Amino acid sequence: MSAAGIPQLDDASKRELEGFLEQEQAKAKLQASIHELTNTCWNTCITGSISSKFSKSEAQCLENCVDRFLDSSLFIVKQIESQKQQL
Amino acid sequence: MSSLFGSGAATPDMAARKEQMKQSIQQELAIANAQQLINKINENCFAKCISKPSTSLTSSQETCLSQCMSLYMAAFDQVSRSYVSRISKERGAAPPGIGL
Repeated sequence: MSAAGIPQLDDASKRELEGFLEQEQAKAKLQASIHELTNTCWNTCITGSISSKFSKSEAQCLENCVDRFLDSSLFIVKQIESQKQQL
Repeated sequence: MSSLFGSGAATPDMAARKEQMKQSIQQELAIANAQQLINKINENCFAKCISKPSTSLTSSQETCLSQCMSLYMAAFDQVSRSYVSRISKERGAAPPGIGL
């Protein structure tokens, strides 16, 4: 698409597009986190060789993986905060 | 008439251009997302299935790759669902200041 069209939009349209862009960027960020998390959880949980479906423990591990990853993240932040207070 | 967002002043021409921009933005994002997924699948499934690269892929390596693809996509699905539901849960009852 040519950038030449942009200045011809009125202010309301520009604002609308800016809002839209922000929304799409937030979506892109969310998607990027999901790719990262899938990669992490795959490497953590899928330890055996590949077959037509996940083993029971692999499926269980995948189900828990995201929540425990986020728990770890919260735990670490809390830990750092409490250490900061002791200084 | 063709102004879907009813901002009144917009001419049909401008509204069409705006819609076109939105669509191309969304399309770019969808393509980038698909590429990212394909790269990750290749990275991880290559590691799982091709332990010793030889002069061509063997049929068992191809079987492994196609099974691995479906499994990786299933994992991606599971992770998306867990992540999105966790985020909405945290937003519902989150202590302020912890932004995910």
